[in-house]
This record gives sequence, structure tokens and C-alpha cells, in this order.
Amino acid sequence: MNKPVNPIDLQLEDDGPLYVAQKKVYPQSVSGTFRRIKWGLMAFCLGVYYLLPFVRWNRGLGAPDQAVLVDLPNSRFYFFFIELWPQEVYYFTGLLIVAAITLFLMNSLGGRIWCGYLCPQTVWTDLFYAVERLIEGDRRERMRKNAARGTMKLQRFSELLLKHSIWLMIAWWTGGAWVLYFNDAPTLVKQLVTFQAPMLAYIWIAILTATTYLLAGFMREQVCVYMCPWPRIQAALTDEWALNVTYKYDHGEKRTSLKKANELRALGESVGDCIDCYQCVAVCPTGIDIRDGAQLDCIQCGLCIDACDTVMTKIGRETRLIGYDNDINIHRRQAGKPPIYRIVRPRTVVYFAMIACVGALMLYALLTRTLLDVNVLHDRNPVAVKLSDGSIRNAYTVRLLNKRGFDRVIAIDIDGPVNATVHVVGVDSVTPERPMIILGRDQTTELRVLVTAPAANNPEKSVPVHFRITDIGLGEVASATDNFVTP
Amino acid sequence: MTEHSDFDQVSGKTTTGHEWDGIKELNTPLPRWWVITFYLTIVWAIGYWIVYPAWPLLWSHTTGVLNYSSRADVAVELANLEKIRGDKMVALGAAPLAEIEKDPALLALARARGKTVFGDNCAPCHGSGGAGAKGYPNLNDDEWLWGGSLDQIMQTIQFGVRSGHPKAHENAMLAFGKDGVLKKDQIVTVANYVRSLSGLSTSPGYNKSAGAKIFADNCAACHGDNAKGNQELGAPDLTDKIWLYGSDEATLIETISNGRAGVMPTWVGRLDPPTIKALAVYVHSLGGGK
Repeated sequence: MNKPVNPIDLQLEDDGPLYVAQKKVYPQSVSGTFRRIKWGLMAFCLGVYYLLPFVRWNRGLGAPDQAVLVDLPNSRFYFFFIELWPQEVYYFTGLLIVAAITLFLMNSLGGRIWCGYLCPQTVWTDLFYAVERLIEGDRRERMRKNAARGTMKLQRFSELLLKHSIWLMIAWWTGGAWVLYFNDAPTLVKQLVTFQAPMLAYIWIAILTATTYLLAGFMREQVCVYMCPWPRIQAALTDEWALNVTYKYDHGEKRTSLKKANELRALGESVGDCIDCYQCVAVCPTGIDIRDGAQLDCIQCGLCIDACDTVMTKIGRETRLIGYDNDINIHRRQAGKPPIYRIVRPRTVVYFAMIACVGALMLYALLTRTLLDVNVLHDRNPVAVKLSDGSIRNAYTVRLLNKRGFDRVIAIDIDGPVNATVHVVGVDSVTPERPMIILGRDQTTELRVLVTAPAANNPEKSVPVHFRITDIGLGEVASATDNFVTP
Repeated sequence: MTEHSDFDQVSGKTTTGHEWDGIKELNTPLPRWWVITFYLTIVWAIGYWIVYPAWPLLWSHTTGVLNYSSRADVAVELANLEKIRGDKMVALGAAPLAEIEKDPALLALARARGKTVFGDNCAPCHGSGGAGAKGYPNLNDDEWLWGGSLDQIMQTIQFGVRSGHPKAHENAMLAFGKDGVLKKDQIVTVANYVRSLSGLSTSPGYNKSAGAKIFADNCAACHGDNAKGNQELGAPDLTDKIWLYGSDEATLIETISNGRAGVMPTWVGRLDPPTIKALAVYVHSLGGGK
């Protein structure tokens, strides 16, 4: 254990092979502030993920009453009071932009908060480790049991069986919760239990069960180190002010054992706080030594902070030898200046402004979005038809969207060529000058609309024509513009 | 592979014993997993020959133990398609012609089906958008030789024009010149008269009253006294702006001299009744239908 760190070894590690065979990591259990934060966030994230499909939201008769639902057959997405149509997927673009900038902001404030506390890989791996610890015991016990490979007794076998069963159950329910977002949750649960659910649901559950079981049970830190692109992107996002989990070597070095430190101090030599107990390494879920400095493999979960604080408290030294800090403060302390923490900086202000901007834009778009919409497509073949009396007719495909949950009557007005008349195929309107149509609730209606104009009044080749759609009852108006072409 | 004792000092490997210009080839065999995979694909291929049709014979081919054929697959898919369409097409076949356009769902189905069938069968003459060509009527406009109501359109599609079917429209424009009914100058006069009916310019020196007399004696029987045409006889309205073969003097002289007898094939028996119905609705909804 108390092997001194040889700087040459550290140097060699950087020149090592691109991929080294997996060294099994046995993180030790730990308690403290960051562990409590992690437990809390884990409970929150898993709670949201597993329970959200069961939250109900009343949208009236005929509409699904699930708060969050991706309704693929009907091409709708429901999120509480929001109902999105396929034409409105740009909201997701906005959401992705906000999510990305939030990550940037988090990163510039506290480093890889996402990696350490919120990433699904971290959350589920943490959960799987908890199960493993509960059944097989803590670090030392697990190491001992694994070393005794080949002499597997019945007890060890039943332990492993139990562990993998629980893992598979968690993984299965993870996949199960996923499909619940795509169908009415209580109905689907009933169908799943009675084996009446669609094949696709079982296939997706199987896929997600397998990935959860493999990623959280076996690949674990390998995902973060080798598969995930985020550690690489991180380097481009972080700056010198970002608070990262840092070993404060100005406090810690030179590290030496407790006994030796006391002797050296008595002699008046300067010694650091680090007693080289390796507790920070023992608890690390990616199996690294934080004292080697900032590194790609570190997911910055803060568990080493808890481990170190426990030891420091025990031996009566100052805590936070490892803590959220940055190089600037280490250098300032070494120069005898007090550390400064700067949250408001140009970078964070810009990120925050961007989030506020995109968020406000999305909110505005959401609040002002129309529930009546019209699209017009001009016939291409033929573009214009000459009638027997010499007048010109153009045909259009008019697509109307009624996003409201009830039928409504709309009128079609046009504003285009002089003296033009409008006719909708299949509709004998009581008002021939102004065709009226009933739009079915929550659906699109496609009409074939003919616009006829006397040739003499429209000498130009092409004039714009505006289609105005008016809801007779509510007064809502939607409009679209196309061209009226003369051959 | 034979083992060679030749040993390469630099790489610490044996060589294959092959040498070119003093360069020796190191013995670096393919990875075992690769070789195994390769042999497995050969085994797989042999299995494939047995299970699926593979070998061409002189006049046929091996059928394989599964008796699989992609052609049979297509037949099954087509049968499934018919089954999926079945109910809807039956509903279309059962609905009265006039009701289809009133029902948005049926109208959409009829237009979709009609558009496809039109593209396959009608587009060669009438154009893919039904805009027609010289001698082939434009189906988007409001001039109809044999009537533009839904029933009349369906009648024309079913039996055609001068197609040889007993129920087809038969009447044709007579060849007044070729058959010696009218003399050359009379034809020129009446051609100018016809042009004047729709407000087109006439040649200098043409005698209007003579033209009117020739028209009343020879043309009014079909085209009507006021030249408004007669859809019972397929006689076009000569006073409007639409001309199937053209409105210039030379074309009119040609038409009057040699007559016109365009042919539209019969489609009954070639297309099933619901499809013909869909086609009629589609053509009607192009905009010209009465």
C-alpha cells in the first residue's frame, strides 16, 4: 500500500499504449457531503425516469392523458401542457441548444458536474455498485473473493447469482420504463405482464436491458475513459477559473506517513498534509489517483474529497486537502495571496445570456404559436389552365392544420388577381364567394382549391395570391402566399 | 504451412523461405480468428446452396430445400397489399359516384388511386398532369366533347371513343372535302366563318353570309344552329377559346376537308370497376368537371 509514487512511473503512463487491458476497479464505500449529494441526485434522476410515465395530465376527451408521451403512430409529442406536431420539431432543436449551453455553463462553473453527478452512465453504475457492495461486501472483501477464483463455493455462487439477478431486474425495469414513454403507461404495463404487448416493446426492452446490464455492470469506467467523447470536448470548454476536483498539492506535498511527518515537523522541516493513505484512490470509481493532477479519466464525482476529508478529520488536520479548486488559487496560495473564486466572468455571463435568450425565444414561440395553420402548394402540371371563356385557372393543394381539440368551421378568402373566384373541389358552399369547410379536430385536412381569374384583368405573367383562413367562431386567422400564373 | 528454419534476426521471426532480390518475406500468418471466419463463410455458402435456389440448370434451376423464391414473395406482398386496400377499395366501389367527392376520406383515396392509374394508363396521351396535347383533350379545362359530369366522364373512360366497343361514343367529324360535299372555296369560306364565331380575325374578302349559309346547311346538324356544340354527338363548341386541333385557318381547312376521328381506348375489362370510378373522380376533380 504505502508504496512511494515514482515520478518516472507517472511520466511513463502518458506514453503508454492507447488501450490497456481493463484493471478491475473496486471502489470502496465512502460517506460525506458529496456522497450525500450523489445519493440525492441519483434518487431524483432515477425517480424522474422511472415514475414520469405514470404522471397523468388531463387534456380532455379523446386526447391521451399521459403527461409525457411520444405518440409515434399519431406523430405527436406531449409534454404536460405542450403538444408538439411534427412541424414543430424545431422546439427540440432549441431544447438541445439550451441543454448544450447549460452543459457549457456547468462546465465553466464546476467542471464535469454532468459526468460526476448526472450522467446516466454514472447514475446507473453507482446504483449497480451499491447492489454489489450490499451483496458481496466492500472493497477488500470483493478483492479477496475475486482473488479466490476457482475455489467457488456454494455461498459465493449464490452471492453472484443474487447480484446478477438484481442487476438484471434493474436493467429490465430500465428498459421497461423507456418503452412506457411511447405508449399509455398503465395499459402497456398490463399488456407487458400478460404478454399482450407489441413485439417492438419487448425488443426495445431487451435491447435496453442488455445495454444497461453491460454498461453499468461490466464496462463501467471504461465507457467514460474510452467510449465517451465528453472528456475530450471538456478540454476545449474548461478554463482556468473553472472549479475542478483538485488535489491541493500546496497543502499536501511533501506527502509522508503520519508518524514520519510528526518526526520531521519536530525537526522543523516542512511537510504536507497528505499522509499517502491512498483512501482517495480506493474510493475512486474510475480507479485513478487524483493526486496526479487533472486527467481525462477523472469524472469529478467528488468521492475522493469525502474520503480525504474523513481521514483529515480523524487525524485532526484541515479538511479539503482535495476539493473543488483551480490552479490559479493554488498558485496564489503558494505566492502567499488569498484564493479568489470568480463565478461571474465574461464566459459565464455569455453562457447565461445565451441560455436566457434561447429560452425566452422558445417561450415566446410557444406562447404565440398558432393552433390553426395553412400550407399552400401550387400545381406544377399544368401550372395554369385556360378555360373556354378565356379566363385562367390555377389549382392549389391547400393543407390546413387544426391543432385544437374540437371541430371548427373555417372560411377561405383569397387576395390576389382582380375579380378572381375561389372554389374548393368537393365542397358546395352555401356562400359561393367564400367557401367554408369543417376542419376535424386535431388533424390535417388537404383541399384542392381552384382559383379562376378573367385573363383580361391580369396582364402580368404572375401575381401573388394570399390565402386567408379564418375560424368563423374564434376569429383565428392563418395565411399563406403563393403565385397565380398566367400561361 | 511448411516450417522454415530461416530466421530473421531483426524482427525475431521466421521467414516463409520466399526471397526476391535479397528481400525475404516474414512469416506473418493471418490472425486465427480471421481464418476461422473465412472458413465459416465457406461453410455458410455451401449451406446457402442447399437451402436456397442457387445453381442454374439448362432449362431451369435448383430450387433449394426451402423451395424459396423471391417471385413468390412478391406475389404474397401484392396479395397483402390488395388485402390492405380491400376494404377501402370496396367502399369506393360501393359508394355512389356523386357521394365520393363529398366524403373527404373517399375523395382522398379516389384521388390518390386515380392519380397513380392515370399516370400508368392515361398520361401517354393526355400528359402526366392531364394537360393534353394537340388532338388529345386537356382534362383540366371546362370544355368537354362528350360531357364533363362524373357520369359522363366515367362513361367515356369505360367504353372509350371510337374504340370498337359497342357502347363507345361513335360519331365522327365528316370529311367534307375528301368526300366531295363541299368545294375548296366553300371550305375556306366556312373556315373563316367558324373563326369569326369565336372572335378570331378573318381573311380579307371573305363572304360572311355565304359562310353562315354553308354552316347552317352542313355543320349546324351536329354543332347546333348557334355553333355551341352538342355533347350527345361529341361535337365541340365552336364559339369558345378552346381548340382541340388548333384554330388557325389552315388547321380548320384541314379539319373540314378530311374530318377528325380521334380514338380513346375502352378501359372496362382492363381496369377494375372501383379503379375506373377512382379515375373518373380524379379527372373530375382536376377542375374541369361539371
